[in-house]
Amino acid sequence: MDYFLTEQQKTIKALARRIAEERILPVRAELDEKEEFPWDIVKELAAADMFRVFVPEQYDGLGGGCLDLCLVTEELSRICSGVAVTYAASALGCMTLMEYGTEEQKRRFLPDIAAGKKLGAFAITEPTAGSDASNIKTTAEKVAGGYLLNGTKQFITNGGEAEIYTVIALTDKTKGARGASAIIVEKGTEGFTFGKKEKKMGIRTSATRELVFRNCLVPEENLLGKPGLGFVQAMRLFDKSRPGIGAQAVGLAQGALEAATDYAQERVQFDQPLITLPVVQQMLAEMAIQTEAARALVYAAARYVDSGAKDVTESSATAKVFASDAAMKVTIEAVQICGGAGYMRDYPVEKMMRDAKILQIYEGTNQILRNAIAVNLRKRKARTA
Amino acid sequence: MNIVVCLKQVPGTTEVKIDPNTNTLIRQGIENIINPFDTYALEEAVRLKEKHGGKVTVITMGPPQADAALREAISLGADEAVLLSDRAFAGADTWATANTLAKAIFKLGKTDLIICGRQTIDGDTGQVGPEMAEMLNIPFVAYVSKIEEIKENYLRVSRMVEDGHEVIETNLPAVITVAKEINVPRLPSLRGIMKSKSAGIATWGIKELGVDANAVGLAGSSTQVIKFFFPQRVSKAEVLTGDAAAQVDKLIDKLKEANLI
Repeated sequence: MDYFLTEQQKTIKALARRIAEERILPVRAELDEKEEFPWDIVKELAAADMFRVFVPEQYDGLGGGCLDLCLVTEELSRICSGVAVTYAASALGCMTLMEYGTEEQKRRFLPDIAAGKKLGAFAITEPTAGSDASNIKTTAEKVAGGYLLNGTKQFITNGGEAEIYTVIALTDKTKGARGASAIIVEKGTEGFTFGKKEKKMGIRTSATRELVFRNCLVPEENLLGKPGLGFVQAMRLFDKSRPGIGAQAVGLAQGALEAATDYAQERVQFDQPLITLPVVQQMLAEMAIQTEAARALVYAAARYVDSGAKDVTESSATAKVFASDAAMKVTIEAVQICGGAGYMRDYPVEKMMRDAKILQIYEGTNQILRNAIAVNLRKRKARTA
Repeated sequence: MNIVVCLKQVPGTTEVKIDPNTNTLIRQGIENIINPFDTYALEEAVRLKEKHGGKVTVITMGPPQADAALREAISLGADEAVLLSDRAFAGADTWATANTLAKAIFKLGKTDLIICGRQTIDGDTGQVGPEMAEMLNIPFVAYVSKIEEIKENYLRVSRMVEDGHEVIETNLPAVITVAKEINVPRLPSLRGIMKSKSAGIATWGIKELGVDANAVGLAGSSTQVIKFFFPQRVSKAEVLTGDAAAQVDKLIDKLKEANLI
């Protein structure tokens, strides 16, 4: 299939693939086993300008859009989904800044993100606010000299490792979600510490950690956009970032499909390679269909975001849901084809299957996203009625 | 510090096929790559530049498509590139190649260090580096595995010898060839690739180098490849029969016959 990528996009994709194959593949099992943050890989990605891909040119980036980010994420995820999410989460951590930040704020933070010297992270989830994201409790009280943050953020990707955090907190707790604001908090700010480091089923090389704010004073100039718009900003952010999760799913499914195909070709039972068995052929073909359909949908959704369209909620959700469900199915089938070997940690597909599950959960569970799609269907019906 | 890296574009495979009629490499259908040993030379040059400043110039002698190898070198950190390409250069042996490269380096002007890979994976001679040093009348060190110190007019390196390492001091300019132990070459960067696509690459022929056509290429070569052949593998097996004792006797006789015992 030809997706008519630009020359620059082809270059980006090819280099991301090379990094993944030459630098990530040799260490992926070890990174997973030790649950170690992939700093060496992050440095490789930085040296190759991968963190510049999603940053505008005037802040030392390459000015790529959602699709460019998706291409890198997909290629990294084809080899290791944990590395892919680490990379993509840095983009997530500065997308609100890119969208709503002032010129001064962008100059202050983006060049270091683009150079990969600093990682970004985005923090909205709390113990009481998962799918019910508006139910956050962390406060950012306006005081002399800035905002005083108190509260705990949970399950934060790149937590502890990132330097620049976009935190959604209540600047006006009487207004609930309408009192939320997006504020940048830098690592090392007094009163900002890290809590529990989570032990996960999959994507184990990525860091998932609690952020703890205790009378943490953040300067007023770290507020992104207008106070009270934080929740809306976060929802718009996810509308644009979800194709990235889809891309992570596509890469993962692709990796699993390739691993299963290789195994089916090599493994001989009943005097013939597994791949000559019609039942295995049917399974592999279905996996290939799921993967390619997911890719087409993700690229289309990413291009729609890049077109500047405002109504991207439904297309992004559609791509994320379909691709993540596809990745789950494909990785389960990959383990099945590899049989006993597939269940063992010496083979990559068991890790892929573990890595896939989170894709149906984070950045909006697939159930919540189906709700969002259904809401749009009803709205459309209401408009035409 | 001005560093020159000499590199060669080679077929990206170790299964080189030879055209039996012309005794030359069959290049069709084979992807060309930078000679892997040369990538260590380039990486070391770029690291020296990053540490001490200056510039890295890559040169290669080859057909016009060797331009791709030079662009790749630019994506990996080289600043400038020169392609030595001329019909008259074709068919060069190591001497003629070294002569052409040496002329180009002379033309480049002030050079502090020339780095080459220890050998190519297609020719495998390892001769061009030392020959070039002779022609330029400057010191030469082979199999360098570490650059210990470099400053104005002074270089100290560690080089690999059969049973250990030698530390060698020398004046600059000098030619060194490097072993793969010296570093791990980086991957290109996106900015580097973009820069390499639009980079201007000079092409020099005999006119630009001011050399006689008889001093380069096949005409300037003192050796010629007459024939390529693969050593024939002959394996003869003989099965000894009889009971164990008889087999042992026969075996001993055979080994004696072959002067092995």
